[in-house]
Amino acid sequence: MRRALDLAAPVLLIALLLGIWEGLCRLLDVPAFFLPTPSAVAVALVQNAPLLFISAGRTLGTALSALLIVSLIANLIALAAASSRTVARAFSPVAATIQVTPVIALAPLFGVWAGVDHPERAVIALAAIVAFFPIYSGALTGLTSADPELERLFDLYGANSWQRLLRLRIPSAVPQMLQGQKVGLGLALVGAVTAELVAGSGGQEGLAWRIVEASHRLLLDRSFAALVALALMAAVLNLAYAALERWALAWWRGR
Amino acid sequence: MAAVAALEAVEVDYPGRGRALGPFDFQLNSGEIVALVGPSGCGKSTALRLLAGLEPATRGTVRRAAGRGETSVVFQSPTLAPWLSATDNVALPLALAGVDGREARARAVEALRHVGLAGAERARPAQLSGGMAMRASLARALVTGPKVLLLDEPFAALDEITRRALADDILALWSRDRPAVVFVTHNVEEAVYMASRVVVMTPGPGRAAGELAIDAPAPRPPGFRTTPAFREAAEHLSDLLAAAMAPAA
Repeated sequence: MRRALDLAAPVLLIALLLGIWEGLCRLLDVPAFFLPTPSAVAVALVQNAPLLFISAGRTLGTALSALLIVSLIANLIALAAASSRTVARAFSPVAATIQVTPVIALAPLFGVWAGVDHPERAVIALAAIVAFFPIYSGALTGLTSADPELERLFDLYGANSWQRLLRLRIPSAVPQMLQGQKVGLGLALVGAVTAELVAGSGGQEGLAWRIVEASHRLLLDRSFAALVALALMAAVLNLAYAALERWALAWWRGR
Repeated sequence: MAAVAALEAVEVDYPGRGRALGPFDFQLNSGEIVALVGPSGCGKSTALRLLAGLEPATRGTVRRAAGRGETSVVFQSPTLAPWLSATDNVALPLALAGVDGREARARAVEALRHVGLAGAERARPAQLSGGMAMRASLARALVTGPKVLLLDEPFAALDEITRRALADDILALWSRDRPAVVFVTHNVEEAVYMASRVVVMTPGPGRAAGELAIDAPAPRPPGFRTTPAFREAAEHLSDLLAAAMAPAA
């Protein structure tokens, strides 16, 4: 009973909010180009489903490409920083700058560098930059916070730096790396959407492009439909990653 | 008896925290079990780290006859890698020394069997109880066949029954190869039960305050804890400790 209520509560709240929205729109006769009713959004979602699906795939592709690229770079730099204090110190202001710079401010520059024919490259680069910091800092924290007594044990047995890195530091870093990767994934998606809004996406019509395009034509039901598709995609991605993380941590801990 | 390690007038200062140990003199002979007893913060663990070569002395001389890989340490906590199975944890010192993987694992399985962990080879540390994890840690220390075995309050986190069982097992294991053992404790009865010699330390910075030889066969005969000899030694050691704790005249 309790469990059923727990499951039903959020559904009921959403249904209630949608009901109020629908009722107010109809009661006050709000024009559809200003605020469409939830039912109109649902219709637009179904009618545009194939198109939205393709666009969602493109946005997802952009975010995942960015994540892949930035994961390689950020983890390599974190490895270098974990192995050398000088590298860590040299890189720390750069990392901090990347963290605090709003991606929107960089978008026009990357648009120019990528050229008018390839705005999607600018979008990938921008999404990668947004996702950089949490991945870098998660990996660096993990790599430098191995159990000090295990470090001592490696001292005792005369481990060389390679053995220490491969057998102690990298395996120790796994939980923190997964955490950084999770935050990075979310930010890569935010970055991909934001960058597409600002820099455009050329032939790659992602979900952000759908939202902008429909808004320009005052087809707000379609804008909302694209928004719903985006939210659904993000939720699915999050759940998928959470499952992957749980599995990976269970493997790491052995249960 | 040949000395396998010695500390000669060693002192250890930690920046910002002052003197942690010394001046302290200590000699470890081959085949003996020495208990280092003293109050918390007297530098017992520091002395152990000096003997292990994990830390330099600020002043004085540390002599170690055992080479790399011939000294093993068991820390207060089991210090097992959570991502490795019991076997791989025990095989780690061998793997780091470049021993072939298959042989290292075979020796690790054998070492696990000796400490009573047959059947737990594939278990991860999270699946082991506190006592079992400590046994795995002990197996890891013994797998290299060390000449010197250093135990840093290995029973601190265990319940009384587990402590006693583990103490007996350590003595039984010791009697096979008879490595020189130093073990740190602040439990008087444990020191008397385990050691052939007990060194009492003053409050930190620790100095040697006294010494007590325990004249009893090793491993201990059954019921040793209830013999008059045991009680007498424990009382004598308690007196030494009390004297060490009293402020210097």
